[in-house]
Amino acid sequence: MGLKRKIHELQKRREEVLQGGGEKAVQKQVSMGKLTARERIVALLDKGSFNEYDMFVEHEARDFDMDKKTLYGDGVIVGTGTIHGRPVAVFAQDFTVAGGSLGLMHSRKITKIMDHALKMRMPLIGINDSGGARIQEGVNSLAGYGEIFYRNTISSGVIPQISVILGPCAGGAVYSPALTDFVFVVDNISKMFITGPSVIKTVLGEDISMEDLGGANIHSTITGNAHFFAKNEKECFGQIQKLLSFIPWNNEEKSQKIASKPPRRDYKIEDIVPADPKLPYDVRDVIKAVVDDSDFFEIMEGWARNLVIGFGRMGGRTVGFVANQPIYLAGVLDVDSSDKAARFIRYCDAFNIPIITLVDLPGYLPGVDQEHAGVIRHGAKVLYAYSEATVPKMTVIIRKAYGGGYIAMSSRHLRADFVFAWPSAEIAVMGPEGAANIIFRKEISEAEDPEKMRKQKVKEYKNKFANPYVAAAKGYVDSVIEPGETRKLLLHAIEVSKNKVISVPKKKHGIPPF
Amino acid sequence: MEAKKEKKPTAFLNVDGTEYKTILPEDFEQLRKYHMPEPEHIRSFIAGTIQKVNVKEGQQVKKGEKLLILEAMKMKNRVLAPLAGKVRKVYVKEGENVIKNQLLIKLELSKA
Repeated sequence: MGLKRKIHELQKRREEVLQGGGEKAVQKQVSMGKLTARERIVALLDKGSFNEYDMFVEHEARDFDMDKKTLYGDGVIVGTGTIHGRPVAVFAQDFTVAGGSLGLMHSRKITKIMDHALKMRMPLIGINDSGGARIQEGVNSLAGYGEIFYRNTISSGVIPQISVILGPCAGGAVYSPALTDFVFVVDNISKMFITGPSVIKTVLGEDISMEDLGGANIHSTITGNAHFFAKNEKECFGQIQKLLSFIPWNNEEKSQKIASKPPRRDYKIEDIVPADPKLPYDVRDVIKAVVDDSDFFEIMEGWARNLVIGFGRMGGRTVGFVANQPIYLAGVLDVDSSDKAARFIRYCDAFNIPIITLVDLPGYLPGVDQEHAGVIRHGAKVLYAYSEATVPKMTVIIRKAYGGGYIAMSSRHLRADFVFAWPSAEIAVMGPEGAANIIFRKEISEAEDPEKMRKQKVKEYKNKFANPYVAAAKGYVDSVIEPGETRKLLLHAIEVSKNKVISVPKKKHGIPPF
Repeated sequence: MEAKKEKKPTAFLNVDGTEYKTILPEDFEQLRKYHMPEPEHIRSFIAGTIQKVNVKEGQQVKKGEKLLILEAMKMKNRVLAPLAGKVRKVYVKEGENVIKNQLLIKLELSKA
């Protein structure tokens, strides 16, 4: 009888907490097209798998009449559950409770679940929907953020960390997502910035809306802060589930192996790429022509589109693709695409995912803006990331591989394990036009018909050097292959690289150019 | 983000003398414009308020001499003459709000 009453009391207490910020606040949340924090977790995780902890945590703030206020769950929901039947840790800020603002106990709930995730070596998913620091709690709020950032950093490269921005995420709060591996945003819902429109207005006199300053579109096309863009929350959760189907659960595991499937027939590899290196094509079609089931999961598809990154499977196991995209900016490397490539390569390397690099680029993007934006140090990130990566590295040179671009794109010299080249490959110090103009400058200028001579010299150079055989003769290319053989050879290369061991000097860490 | 597939590659990018057919970002040309610095044009490096103007038109100034005080971000920023010269025109008054990159003062630089 006594226990029953106590159980009843527990149920009553739970019900209270489950109200969150109350009916009115919940209605407001719903009217913005947003799910509530608990609904989000339920939608994301396997059905019925979520277990919530720290439900009865209360804040300890005393100043500004805070001691008279009850904030259920202190504005954040934490727990564990499963996705695809495998364990994940999750927290979701509850905007209905004090605007999801972060106070000391709120942050302690988050750091506690982060510690669990690291200890249990499982992915951490953070759903951000918060007005920022709880001003009434002063420096305790800042301490809370700092404790989160520290754990993000220490967990980086050990467990996957995923940030989902489903509301405002402003000020210091944005640095937690920025430290994690993948950031998901949703159209019209996500807002991220360091200083908001009102501050910008007062300090700088510039008018800008939240959406134009740091909306989902901006972060997926201009800033490169977001990796995945969705139209609504449901699509976003689907993307997270799909991502988790590809990545290993921690840095000591490999990705799950599923049944190998051939690519679908509608991508005929020979028909995709024009023989003329000046003509474009969509490199994603080449990826789809070699990858299992033609299923390519692209990351950052709206930003630095001259380079394509993403996951696919080869023989049932996850691989990361890095590919120049000739259809956009001729596939050159520049500041943004270098950054995009380097970070993805390091992700794959940290989590035991082999890297397949598809090469077709005329070099680095020329221009004052690029030079002044520091393309030297950004471009160097690509060299650093490829050289440092010890996972199996397979390179396919499709057409152009000129100059610094050739070296940077997972060349033999940066320790690619296998370098294949199509017969259309042109591995040279630069394009035939540029090279002929320099090498034969004298002959051209002194000729009776300089233009005719120039054309002849370009042709000569092209015949002699614009092919894969010069590099193959030196062993820089392992094999010149027919396009139709690409998948077969990549599958074999992955298979024989399975037990790859490479020794590097012992060090605390390198100093990459970032 | 949207409209990924709609655009066709019809532009050209020149790399080392070769024209590659491709798609260029909409603001590509604008992005690539570079302006030489003009030391005779004194512009606001940040939006703010002109707290004090220290010079008059026609006045000779030395390199590093205080031209005006631009208050922004709760800081009273001293704007100094980058080189020696004569003040040709002062475009702002004390108390005036200015936006970033607004022309404040024009100098006539002394011949070195």
